[in-house]
Amino acid sequence: MSEKSQYTQFHPRWYRRRVPVFWWLRRPSYLLFVLRELSSVFVAWFVVFLLLLVNAVAEGPEDYRRFQDWSATPGMLLLNVVALCFILLHAVTWLFTLSPHAMVVRLRGRRLPPALIGVGNLVAWMLASALVAFLILG
Amino acid sequence: MADRITLRVTRYRPESDTEPAAREYEIPLRKEWSVLDGLNHIKDHLDGTLSYRWSCRMGVCGSCGMTVDGEPKLTCATFLSDHAPGPVRVEPLSNFPVVRDLVVDIGDFMRKLPRVKPWLIRSEQEAPAEGEYPQLPAERAEYEQFSMCINCMLCYAACPVYALDQEFLGPAAIALAQRYNLDSRDRGASERMDVLSEAEGIWACTFVGECSAVCPKDVDPAGSIQRYKFTAAMESLKTLLLPRGMR
Repeated sequence: MSEKSQYTQFHPRWYRRRVPVFWWLRRPSYLLFVLRELSSVFVAWFVVFLLLLVNAVAEGPEDYRRFQDWSATPGMLLLNVVALCFILLHAVTWLFTLSPHAMVVRLRGRRLPPALIGVGNLVAWMLASALVAFLILG
Repeated sequence: MADRITLRVTRYRPESDTEPAAREYEIPLRKEWSVLDGLNHIKDHLDGTLSYRWSCRMGVCGSCGMTVDGEPKLTCATFLSDHAPGPVRVEPLSNFPVVRDLVVDIGDFMRKLPRVKPWLIRSEQEAPAEGEYPQLPAERAEYEQFSMCINCMLCYAACPVYALDQEFLGPAAIALAQRYNLDSRDRGASERMDVLSEAEGIWACTFVGECSAVCPKDVDPAGSIQRYKFTAAMESLKTLLLPRGMR
């Protein structure tokens, strides 16, 4: 889209509009899309954070305490709160927007509406979280 | 309701202009007038040099797609009174080269469409059916939504992925491929898969969802693409895991 116009046999001079740099601020859905793409960075960060935690646990109580102190610093807290917001955006998109449209679920020959699949996903998510909580805390 | 409204129409005359410029026309505001009626009034009474595409006036032909107040719209289905008091901005569809005034060139889509083979494919060895291929209403319902596409290009104009990467196959072409993939009479799904599942096919889509939001026919191209991503992922998984005979 960089060329302003071009000559061809049938169209004397086309006009091609450039995509503005801030195109993603034009609509809420575009902004949400760019934020969602950005969320992958924070998903990666959470993976790294989890690996560091596992490593600290494996190294012994001294390292684990140092990891906890490091995690409690204001900078890390802020980073993780921001990361959590992005992860939630990522998860909510998957559960309620993407997968209900990607999946075709039939009950007695009739196709379930996407909203119902979203609710089903939410229930499955809650159950999985409860199971994990039970395994860790119980 | 005021009885006049201003249309701010983008004009571009390739023989004299270096870039498009807006021009204002004051027209009567009538309750039953669409934006297209307004443009027709300009063409008939104010400025006969205005160029734009239209045909059916009733949301069937898909010719009159333009950008109205920043949104991709069928101008025959967009009422002036909903945009009162104006001025109403009428611009050509985004993401396509402008040929003249409000006319864009959709040749890119026309070249991409046949690549997904949007027709019923049957095996060549098969004897011609004796009369017809019957289909149950439930089987028809599987693809009916995707068959409603009128190629109006509003989805391409709304898609930021297409704006940034013109190689992207695009929403309508993929939805139309799905229209045939989901047809019980069709046997061509595997032939379409190569084109659909390449990097510039379904995987270029990042699920912005604007294509479905602007679609005047509720085709839901975004849904069809996400659905095909699931199908393509399952197929490649099968290729990886299952022996040849069981795929």
